Amino acid sequence: MYVAVKGGEAAIEKAHRLLADRRRGERTVPALTPEQIVGQLSLAVDRVMAEGSLYDSELAAMAVRQARGDLIEAIFLLRAYRTTLARFGVSRPIDTAAMRIERRVSATYKDIPGGQLLGPTFDYTHRLIDPAMAEDLPVEEPARRPSSEETALRVTDILNSEGLIEPDARSESEPGDLTRDPVSFPAGRDLRLQALARGDEGFLLSLSYSTQRGYGRTHPFVGEVRIGLVDVEIDSPELGFAVKLGSIRVTECQMVSQFTGSAEEAPRFTRGYGLVFGQSERKAMAMSLVDRALRADEFDEQRLAPAQDEEFVLAHCDNVEATGFVEHLKLPHYVDFQAELDLLRQLRRESHPLQHEEETQEAAE
Amino acid sequence: MTSPADIARKRALDALASMPAQALKERYETICERAPPALAVRGPEIGAIMVRGRIGGGGAPFNIGEASVTRATVKLPTGEVGHSIVLGRDTEKARAVAHLDALRQVPEWEPIVERDCVAPAVEMAEAERLKLAEETAATRVDFFTLARGED
Repeated sequence: MYVAVKGGEAAIEKAHRLLADRRRGERTVPALTPEQIVGQLSLAVDRVMAEGSLYDSELAAMAVRQARGDLIEAIFLLRAYRTTLARFGVSRPIDTAAMRIERRVSATYKDIPGGQLLGPTFDYTHRLIDPAMAEDLPVEEPARRPSSEETALRVTDILNSEGLIEPDARSESEPGDLTRDPVSFPAGRDLRLQALARGDEGFLLSLSYSTQRGYGRTHPFVGEVRIGLVDVEIDSPELGFAVKLGSIRVTECQMVSQFTGSAEEAPRFTRGYGLVFGQSERKAMAMSLVDRALRADEFDEQRLAPAQDEEFVLAHCDNVEATGFVEHLKLPHYVDFQAELDLLRQLRRESHPLQHEEETQEAAE
Repeated sequence: MTSPADIARKRALDALASMPAQALKERYETICERAPPALAVRGPEIGAIMVRGRIGGGGAPFNIGEASVTRATVKLPTGEVGHSIVLGRDTEKARAVAHLDALRQVPEWEPIVERDCVAPAVEMAEAERLKLAEETAATRVDFFTLARGED
């Protein structure tokens, strides 16, 4: 028998009203605008777009505001919105070699063509809270200097010219799409990268850290991290040619990992790849380490660590799925729990009959 | 795509798609007042496209995530059809770009659209590109080696 219990409706309504109040905060303080969030909390917006898997900074900012700054909640909101959109097509693969670069560093080559470009980085800051952040002081315009206009070759292309690193296997194969078809294992690298690109930054960070600490085989160097703007183009059937839709900011990481070789092939470096929406080099680096760890089978490495187990990684890297299953535990489980209670009482009666009698007597007294 | 007309059309659409909405709106309005009107054929409608990258930067394609887009198709009373598809959810912008695309196909309007919208859009994009490149270049590391006093 199933008995529906009602009565939450009024409480829920009042709770949401209270939520709206707490979200707004003190009314004498001006409300945040999406423009302020996009402009001043841009990395939060970037994370929500990357893991919400929808590039739209205004929507992501609204989600951040609605979620009171809870980024996983904001990601959930953006994912939900995404499902309401009809898909008009797929872009041509973006060309990160043609990126308008905002930051580009390599830990493997000091003098790379195009140079080491630090860009707007937290690196080398002192990590001391700046008292100026409590005020609204004027901020200097950025310095400018003529750009050398050298093409910033991808570092992997530099190594490729000597054959020291595995090359990209260029193809135009149709990639899998986990938003359309359920993932089955073993999953191709295309699907794994899609899952990682929208995966939880914290989860991927910890997994990648675990590979560095010995849970998995990586001996990585950052070949290159680059952040910047790339054009997005789509083949337009109406026009009969590819047209640009605008540009998006992405972060790419080329992780160079230790060599592999065989009797037929000379040893060479292997690679892990990270590519995410927005400015997020922590995420792109973590993604590239996990991507490399997940390629264990390709290089005949033993799969012993969690980061090398694609089913473990892919099934748990999505924070919307994870939060849904963890947080559902707080919803009413009154009936399930009652059943467990009854079972426990019966077990105790059977296994410890004397103790049970005493306890029921005590309870009666 | 080889015909000069297609190349010119692509150049215009590429530039207009990247133009900041407000700048485009201001310029479009001055044209819109005098130009043949745009009749809606489709949209503007908001949707998404799947953005793809390549494994390793140059390998096989994979799906990174989606991006919101808006597309529109309009027709002039004389029959020219204009298309647009732009990133974001700005229906006004999509409609304006489609209208301008249609107007470009009318010989007497083509130079006006070019002068008032396309050329400024190309200029703005170039200025923006240069600004970003120069601001980034200012953060370039100029390595130098300290004399170690060994000789």
